[in-house]
Amino acid sequence: MANVSIKALNKSYGPVDVLKDINLEVEDGSFVVLVGPSGCGKSTLLRSIAGLEPVTSGAISIGGRVVNELPPAQREIAMVFQSYALYPHMNVEKNMGFGLRFSGTPRAEIDARVSEAARILQLDPLLKRRPRELSGGQRQRVAIGRAIVRKPQVFLFDEPLSNLDAALRVNTRVEIAKLHKLLKATIIYVTHDQVEAMTLADKIVVMNQGRIEQAGKPLDLYYRPANRFVANFIGSPAMNMFEVTVKSRSAVQTKSGAAIKTQVPLEFKIGEALTFGIRPEHISAAKGPANFSVTLDMVERLGELGYAHCELGTGEKLIVELRGEAPVSRGQKLQLAFDDANVHFFR
Amino acid sequence: MKIKFSTLAVHVVLAGYTALALAPIILVIMNSMKARKAIFLAPLTPPTPTSFDLIGYARVFSDGAIGTYYMNSIIVTLGTIVITLLFGGMAGWALSEYKFRFNKLIGIYLAIGIMVPIRLGSVAIVSMISGLNLINTLTALICVYVAQNLPLAVFILGEFMNQIPKDLREAARCDGLSEYNIFFHIILPLLRPAMATVAVFTMIPVWNDLWFPLILAPSRGKQTITLGVQQFLGQYITDWNAVLAALSTAIIPVLIFYILFSKQLIRGLTSGAVK
Repeated sequence: MANVSIKALNKSYGPVDVLKDINLEVEDGSFVVLVGPSGCGKSTLLRSIAGLEPVTSGAISIGGRVVNELPPAQREIAMVFQSYALYPHMNVEKNMGFGLRFSGTPRAEIDARVSEAARILQLDPLLKRRPRELSGGQRQRVAIGRAIVRKPQVFLFDEPLSNLDAALRVNTRVEIAKLHKLLKATIIYVTHDQVEAMTLADKIVVMNQGRIEQAGKPLDLYYRPANRFVANFIGSPAMNMFEVTVKSRSAVQTKSGAAIKTQVPLEFKIGEALTFGIRPEHISAAKGPANFSVTLDMVERLGELGYAHCELGTGEKLIVELRGEAPVSRGQKLQLAFDDANVHFFR
Repeated sequence: MKIKFSTLAVHVVLAGYTALALAPIILVIMNSMKARKAIFLAPLTPPTPTSFDLIGYARVFSDGAIGTYYMNSIIVTLGTIVITLLFGGMAGWALSEYKFRFNKLIGIYLAIGIMVPIRLGSVAIVSMISGLNLINTLTALICVYVAQNLPLAVFILGEFMNQIPKDLREAARCDGLSEYNIFFHIILPLLRPAMATVAVFTMIPVWNDLWFPLILAPSRGKQTITLGVQQFLGQYITDWNAVLAALSTAIIPVLIFYILFSKQLIRGLTSGAVK
């Protein structure tokens, strides 16, 4: 396995810049997830690492070797595609061993590696089947198997779970996590699903409009988002955010005039316009003094928890997570509280 | 009830068309098995015990050269198909897969090849072929037929290649295949239905052609079957029995090829490659 290092990477299609000054270190054996909304450049970055897209400037090194000019095959990477991209005219066994046949690997070695991969992925009973005779989950496992047999320095996954149904997605996610532990592989994984990102990653890289917004450990991103975009993107339902003005060291006021009691850090001046953020799961009904009050609009009950959609001031919506069966009804006034440690301010 | 009527109507139309297309062939086969008198007196009746006569076939097969004519036709047709498919596939792959300067222009240039009938260039072709010292060779015929069929083959195969998912080629590139190996091991196997289509479209005009064999390879040892049959057509006397018998037997090889190719026209060959 190897580390991947990306320095000052830029890519443009004519006048359109799709990747802007990307700097990223992927440590040996780590699981890095690139996440962001569609069109943010995460797939393009992955394909640039794979060598399927030429880059405009900057350097990509794998295991200390600059690979910018190398074709995909010489980069010692293996890619798992969103569409699986299995060769339809070959059975599972041939699909997995196909690349090795052309690299001059001896027959016995190919067979050994294929059966090893088949054992890890429980594909033994399917080796003689064609891709069209497999289910989506099985195809996905074959695609992963094809990557494993190549013993690459780096695994690249391009939204591998997005074609699977919800239940299978959870299972496969767990399997990929196990596989990472088993192979001690360096993995770069692209997804738009933040749950996948949070559960799989050692390091999450949040991308937006061709830039890296923030890179860090999943919980760092959750608790300490660097900017509004990351705060909004990580967490579900999204963080509640309001445009506010600092009124005093212990209160802010929203645009509609609603007051929120909170300790304002000293770095922000009185009268400064800020964005105030608080996650739905960090708000609860006030047992002592309330931080703010809202009017309940609607409740979604999901079983073990529910989401109360509330209105803070005119046009200022807010979601609050409810645990248990808290009795709430429409139009009711709620007194809510939160811990100041969970409040986020963005300039 | 309405649906049944429309299905019936479709079948009636199709049956009528089939009858129309098959009638001349059946007429040829029927009359090839009749005595000369019966061919002229009652051309539309099937052979009866009295009119049944295989003299035409006997005369065709007693001509020692007929085997050579068949062989020549088969060599020319198969040679043309193989070369057309190979180079058509390669050119289609280049035009559909790689972005390079003049890509569009070359595409248009090839499209002109579809529009202009090759026979317009007969004089130039004859002088070119004679300049190359290829007159009276099967090579000359194969060259001309490949040129004739290549443009359409490039377009049909190129179109089919566009339908092969891009991820497959990229997966193959990541797997370490060279561009040639991707073409021969991934693209060509998946193109089988398209290649069968092109093969059928190429085969029939080549097999039936009289013009180029006549002007490029008319000598006795190099004649194709369509040209060879002409020896039974005289200026004053035509040996109709032999002509009809030769034409009937000429259907057989082309029929066999057709059956072989049509087996490849399987749909859904790429299913399972990608979601």
